[in-house]
Amino acid sequence: MSAPPSEIRVEGVRHAYNGRDVLHDISLTLPAGQTIAFVGPDGVGKSTLLGLIAGVRHLQTGSIHTLGVDISNKAEREAFLSRLAFMPQGLGKNLYPTLSVRENIDFFGRLFALDAPTRANRITHLLDSTGLAPFPNRPAGQLSGGMKQKVSLCCSLVHDPDLLILDEPTTGVDPLSRRQFWALVDQMRAERPSMTVIVSTAYMDEAERFSWLVAMNDGRILASAPTADVKKQTGTTSVEDAYTSMLPEADQKEISDFTIPPYEDDGSPPVIDAENLTRQFGSFKAVDNVSFRIKRGEIFGFLGSNGCGKSTTMKMLTGLLDITSGTATLFGRRVTPGDMSTRMRIGYMSQGFSLYEELTVRQNLMLQAELFRLPVAEAKQRVDTMLQSFKLNEEADSRPTGLPLGFRQRLQLAAACINTPDILILDEPTSGVDPAARDMFWKHLVALSRDQHVTIFVSTHFMNEAARCDRISLMDKGKVLAMGTPDEITQEAHAATLEDAFISFLEHAGNTVNAASTPQRAPANAGPARTIPSYIRWFSRCWAFARREAVELTRDRLRLMFAILGPTILLLISAYSVSFDINTIRYTVADYDHTHASRELVEQFRGSHYFHETAFSPDRETVETRIRQGQVALGLDIPDGFGRDLAAGRNPAVGVVIDGAMPFLSANVRAYVDAVLLTYAASMQKTLPPSATASLTPVSIVPRFVYNQEFRSIYAMTPGTIMLALILIPTMLTALGVVREKEIGSIMNLYASPASSGQYLIGKQLPYVALAIIAYLVLVALSVTVLGVPLKGSFIGLTIGAVLYILACTGLGLLISTFVSSQVAAIFGTAIICLIMSANFSGLLYPISTLTGVTYYLSETFPASWFQLICLGSFTKGLGIKSFLSMYAALAGFAATYMLGARLFLKKQDS
Amino acid sequence: MLRWVLNVGLLCRKEFYSLMRDFVLLGLIVFSFSVAIVLVAHGVKIDVSNATVAFIDEDHSALSRQLRSVVLPPYFKPPTLTDRANGKAGMDNGTYNFVIDIPPRFEADSLAGRTPAIQELIDATAMTQAGLGAVYLQQIFLGEVQAQLHSPDLNKLMPFHGESRIRFNPNSESAWFTSVMQVVTNATVLSIVLVGAAVIREREHGTIEHLLVLPVSASQIAVGKILANGAVIFVASLLSLWLTVHVWLGVPIAGSPLLFAGCLVLYLFSVTSLGMMLATIAPNMPQFGLLVVPVYAVAYLLSGAATPVESMPDLVQSLVRFFPTTQFVKISQSILYRGAGLESIWPSLLAIVFSSTLFLAMALLRFRSMLARQD
Repeated sequence: MSAPPSEIRVEGVRHAYNGRDVLHDISLTLPAGQTIAFVGPDGVGKSTLLGLIAGVRHLQTGSIHTLGVDISNKAEREAFLSRLAFMPQGLGKNLYPTLSVRENIDFFGRLFALDAPTRANRITHLLDSTGLAPFPNRPAGQLSGGMKQKVSLCCSLVHDPDLLILDEPTTGVDPLSRRQFWALVDQMRAERPSMTVIVSTAYMDEAERFSWLVAMNDGRILASAPTADVKKQTGTTSVEDAYTSMLPEADQKEISDFTIPPYEDDGSPPVIDAENLTRQFGSFKAVDNVSFRIKRGEIFGFLGSNGCGKSTTMKMLTGLLDITSGTATLFGRRVTPGDMSTRMRIGYMSQGFSLYEELTVRQNLMLQAELFRLPVAEAKQRVDTMLQSFKLNEEADSRPTGLPLGFRQRLQLAAACINTPDILILDEPTSGVDPAARDMFWKHLVALSRDQHVTIFVSTHFMNEAARCDRISLMDKGKVLAMGTPDEITQEAHAATLEDAFISFLEHAGNTVNAASTPQRAPANAGPARTIPSYIRWFSRCWAFARREAVELTRDRLRLMFAILGPTILLLISAYSVSFDINTIRYTVADYDHTHASRELVEQFRGSHYFHETAFSPDRETVETRIRQGQVALGLDIPDGFGRDLAAGRNPAVGVVIDGAMPFLSANVRAYVDAVLLTYAASMQKTLPPSATASLTPVSIVPRFVYNQEFRSIYAMTPGTIMLALILIPTMLTALGVVREKEIGSIMNLYASPASSGQYLIGKQLPYVALAIIAYLVLVALSVTVLGVPLKGSFIGLTIGAVLYILACTGLGLLISTFVSSQVAAIFGTAIICLIMSANFSGLLYPISTLTGVTYYLSETFPASWFQLICLGSFTKGLGIKSFLSMYAALAGFAATYMLGARLFLKKQDS
Repeated sequence: MLRWVLNVGLLCRKEFYSLMRDFVLLGLIVFSFSVAIVLVAHGVKIDVSNATVAFIDEDHSALSRQLRSVVLPPYFKPPTLTDRANGKAGMDNGTYNFVIDIPPRFEADSLAGRTPAIQELIDATAMTQAGLGAVYLQQIFLGEVQAQLHSPDLNKLMPFHGESRIRFNPNSESAWFTSVMQVVTNATVLSIVLVGAAVIREREHGTIEHLLVLPVSASQIAVGKILANGAVIFVASLLSLWLTVHVWLGVPIAGSPLLFAGCLVLYLFSVTSLGMMLATIAPNMPQFGLLVVPVYAVAYLLSGAATPVESMPDLVQSLVRFFPTTQFVKISQSILYRGAGLESIWPSLLAIVFSSTLFLAMALLRFRSMLARQD
């Protein structure tokens, strides 16, 4: 029934993305304690299968038992994750670029709940054995591709896993680093022979060193057997030949050798001419004094590892980057940024995929063609030709997302060739493309070069591709190490192959194969890590995430600054400027009466500090016009005969015209006008019968403004703005947290770690809570000292509320972040929801008690309204903890609900 | 020049394709221009409305009961009867905006002409309700006491009377004001976020870099983005104004829709340029998110859509003359409510044009250096 614990058994596994099958009914059994290589071109399902075996990808159909663990069983799988190390595809993809080498490894150690001495021991040991010991404090983002992969490997091995899965660990790495990497894996295995190692690779020669071989093609297994047996069965001597012989015949034909006609120099002047090119970023020289000349129709190769300056050089040639010093000319013209006529003749393909994922293949090509100024009909024809010749016809109307890498790269090349350029600049065009597709790619290049005399400048890290170039240039750390035809370079280094030659040049330049000799066994590896109580382990994992997030945050000065400055600016501006205090109602008078009485009336308005007089209007029409144009908010129309009628006791009317565009203003204006008129009437008491005076006020009504005796807006707005700032900024801080990790790919660390998504979310939340609390303290200090708004109530009571409120707001941000699919939507959603809710339905401008219906319930189910009560209560009403208990409970409830919601939305497996 | 226009057109088309694919974003846009507007329009009352009143009645007379019965909607919610302790607690937690304290022997004293005093406690932190609400309550009580005591009507005793006419919104309906202002606010937030985030996304995906190797200039990319996103927001805002505000909420629109549309175009050009400028300052998405918050929040608070510009300090009033959002709120109020024409809005329009030129120039200036930055 149950699988023997020492096996990996895959049965009847199928997998599909967006309705596209990537794995068809796979069944195989792999032995434990061996080294196993998965080979096959890109897009055949290697990564998917590895992800399924590791349990980081959701199993759709079939069953998998990995080392005796049923992967479809959630509890078993999660317990198993602490025995697993999974290194995802992509250079340093599981690393955090701003963290140093040591911090990265330390983070993984904490994630697997190793105690401090164990971590320190293991890190020292791993750094020593990988030759990384000299740079423990260098940020991972500044390492070369090879070094990144070594750090990734250290991170994977820090917890002594039983199963190590490496997904294409050496793609994009220079040959020297590649050799070092495999030496390292061998060494690690020697230290821990029971460890099973599974690797996928597109380099067939690398598979030779593995004891077991799994060959895959098109979502199916071609062979799964000991490597030696596979070669024997197929009667071949190398894995590459063995693989080729297993392919269906149609596919085999594709990979027939092709020859490159020799390059003929027609003696024309060089098309690309670079002299002493240098590019500096701060103190770092990315390209250092590089010179080369490329002739018409020549294929010139740039060979070097990631980060050696190839891309920077190419970008300078295209005018994308400014040249620090030196000159570059294309077609005899100096490269200048805005030179359109040169750009018309260049085709460029950047390293990553740089076409639009949202556009279909055809739409992408059409856009490209039309931007190259082809008329629509011609562009259509050209696009059809390109679809044909790059075999993209079937995919013409699908989007690049989800297409295998090989297709995407072909599409990019098609786009670069669409204008029949004279120069093609290709930055690692075949990176991640399988051998068959690479050959097809090169056939295109050769045809372009030899038949159409297109000059091709191509960068690569594949040796066999470099060998196909007419001339190559070896680069390392921004410098050219050697230049010439592949044969010349091989001879110069007295090497047998180009690869050996490259390695020898690299070694001359000061790189060593392996810094460490046989390292000492670290004592910590002698036994398993001490067992730690589970509740401490639970918190230590939260702490691992929190610590990492905090370190990243402290290195991002700009974000820290915005997080503190943003609320400060908001508070100062709104406290100083936002006000309901009405004191300058501009008015105009149309006086048809011109008597003493009318002048007296106007004098009353003049005397009131609420009103501000503007020029008199000659007639009623002018009054109306000036109100229409927004010049005045109030018009007085004193009719002819007003004074006469007043004297005669005929109760004349005064016209009062009010601008009602803003209802709050118009209602106030009306009330003030009534008051002024009443005062004027009172000043004419002599005209009233004495008995009436008493009966005018049979009772007195004594208004008392409480909490804000002076009735000034600043006392009400300041606490409100603290509420506003603390929801707008902290929510935005966490809103991008998860969705960004998903877009970048570092979320994989969560999938492959024994930590739960709850621990991950809490860990992500804590640093931002701390930051927001600092912002809160700054706001309170500013309110009391600078703005002079006294805190009448309990500071502790306010602070407890603020902490709970911040927990709720950051929780809301995380909830939004797990829910949306893009960063843009996260920002917009957060902005709109928080602004509408907090400005309208939280008591900032309009008291909650006045809300009715749906909006009342909306406001009650949003944390801002509750914190507004705490803020107003403690600042203006002098209240303390006891009055806030129900609000605390509500805020705590929101915080918990949002986190639970986020926990539900965040899956712990890839789809 | 023709080429420039053609390229901008091509890039616009591409932007439309991209936007149409982001369903979550489209959903959010539709929501924020329809349901969100209605919620705010129905929910928010910016003058005295639904204010809560509590009575502490120590008189228990016919007159004190009568006073309670005249506190009526829509200004006030039906009043509650309470005691001193609960009245205080209710004001503390924001349940009561006003507490009216009627002393013992109130009726007897007023009949005897001893002018008893009613105490009116006003929660002065509820700025929109407190001042006016207090005045309304005073008028209501005074009028009622006079009526009950059969004293002569105050108005009849006045030697003259005022005839108030409130123009443009005679019944002071909050919804007329809040709905339109919310459309403007949402359009502002959307403009800043959408364009800025689109630029940063293209930068993070390397697609902008690719475009700049083609015979396409930075100005074409920038203007293409501004026009395409601006057009979507333009259509959304106008539809919202017509369908949500005018048809659904029944708010009359006084001025020329064409003039308003023209001003909206200029305004959106300005705020989308602002979004693009902010995107060239912030290196990545999280930083952009934080940078835009104070920008749109301050723009909103100072716009005049929340509180009157006239109430701001003089310094701020002269500063906001150059704020496109404040000027556009002014223009919207002038055209939509007052039916004003070009002759009264041109200074605001000029300020908007000035600000858009400034933002766009700064965005273009920083565009290339933004791409060169290594991070």
